[in-house]
Amino acid sequence: MEYKLPFKEYNKALRENRLLGLKCDKCGSITCPPKMACQECGSLDLDKVELSGRGKVVSFTTHYIAPMGRENEVPYTVVLVELEEGPWLLGNLIDLNPSKMSMDLLGKEVTASGRVYPGDMFTNGPISRPVFSLAE
Amino acid sequence: MRKVAVLGLGHTKFCFNSPKTQVEMLAEAAIDAITESNLTPRDIQSAHIGNCLGTFCEGQATVSQFACDDIGCSNIPAIRYEGACASGTIAVRDAVMWIASGYYDIVLVGGVEKATAMGTPLATRTFCMGTDSRYEYGAGLTFPGFFALLCRIYSAKYGIPMEKLKTQMAMVSVQSHEYGRKNPYAQIQQEINIDDVLKSMPVCTPLQLQDCCPFSDGAAAAVLCSEEVAKKISNKKPVYITGIGMATSGKMSSQYKYLPRIRARELSVQQAYSMAGIKPDDVDICELHDCFSIASFIAAESLGFFEYGKAPEAWEKGETRIEGKIPINISGGLKSKGHPIGATGVSQVYFITKQLREECVEQGVQVEGAKIGLIDTLGGDGTICNLVLSAD
Ligand SMILES: [Zn+2]
Repeated sequence: MEYKLPFKEYNKALRENRLLGLKCDKCGSITCPPKMACQECGSLDLDKVELSGRGKVVSFTTHYIAPMGRENEVPYTVVLVELEEGPWLLGNLIDLNPSKMSMDLLGKEVTASGRVYPGDMFTNGPISRPVFSLAE
Repeated sequence: MRKVAVLGLGHTKFCFNSPKTQVEMLAEAAIDAITESNLTPRDIQSAHIGNCLGTFCEGQATVSQFACDDIGCSNIPAIRYEGACASGTIAVRDAVMWIASGYYDIVLVGGVEKATAMGTPLATRTFCMGTDSRYEYGAGLTFPGFFALLCRIYSAKYGIPMEKLKTQMAMVSVQSHEYGRKNPYAQIQQEINIDDVLKSMPVCTPLQLQDCCPFSDGAAAAVLCSEEVAKKISNKKPVYITGIGMATSGKMSSQYKYLPRIRARELSVQQAYSMAGIKPDDVDICELHDCFSIASFIAAESLGFFEYGKAPEAWEKGETRIEGKIPINISGGLKSKGHPIGATGVSQVYFITKQLREECVEQGVQVEGAKIGLIDTLGGDGTICNLVLSAD
């Protein structure tokens, strides 16, 4: 059995600012990032859907250290977002000064777009990543 | 199933920049464990070795094979286990099953790592390989980052203001260093205070350097055997592995609503408790996975020692100290003792066994009358392994 939404397709859509997910035919839950089975009920009966990219900040952390090859990204902020369709998605929080970020950000509305991490000798090519900005 | 005993133990010093190779460190710990068991290398039937990043730090896979050959455990099955930071613990769990089933009578367990040889940037990169490389590494998620995210969720969920929580987290590091200073094998034998923690450099907000365990080099080993063999050859106070558990979770975002709790830990420890026929209250001493200060709170609650959201108060009140309700990380934990990831679980077995044998009096860290010990190790986003050790 093949994935309904393989990495390559999700990755390509995100590069074009489209966030794809999977809707479960059995329980109606949305799974994103994609898996083979519904992350709520385990059903394999899933359909590809496009998500709004809107959600709320659940948590965030600004990195002052970086893995090899990503030193020039520091300081960068990783954010965990609860999408309005239900699932949580991990990405970067952009357009904000890290020194001004506080716990007040939790619950704030954000919207996603896509950017590309070019990858390194260990990744199998570039990886798209969701980036979130505060909603207007 | 047969009862499984812990015989001899071996442990190198945990350190920065070890002059020894991984194979040497592992071989030295292993031969000490075999010798302390009153056995020779030829008595070992198989070897179960935790090692995660050997290929990156020295270009060396199958350290298990070379270390066994170096010490004269020639031609035996030697297996490398990889479960990120839980590699050593899952090696022990597996070895327990080989003996319990009756297939082997005497096996070697061990673990080794040499992370500092990579330098901090590559070490950080390779540790990130325990996150989901497809869907979460793109954003640059690291392990301090993972726990920093959990820290804010913890603060929000349990209504503990961040400033207060940070001070309570600092107390975890302070306690670990106080005890680690008394551990001759510890990497950082230096006391620190709350101010040192709160003034250390930011790593991943809100975590600072002194909330984080170091990169480490080192090895640990033990010989496991059947009860029958132990009774025949050991002159030490018997210690048995009476409960084992293991469970896994998916990537961080797919654990969503359950966070900051790690569901895998709750399932894993329940397996270990029920196999041993005990409850959290029965545990006299625990070594848990304190890779970051906040991780100690999250672990201690899931292991059943404290109510959810209450672990910070427990550290504050001294309930995790030697004389407290549940002594935790009296070895110094990952924070002070060090965290050579493949070795960590086996090192936890080493120190819990020492405590249950009452061999920690001289160092001034003996938990009086300790009979039951719990081990907790977390690898990656959610590979959890737990072991229950019992004195007779
Ligand atoms: Zn479903």
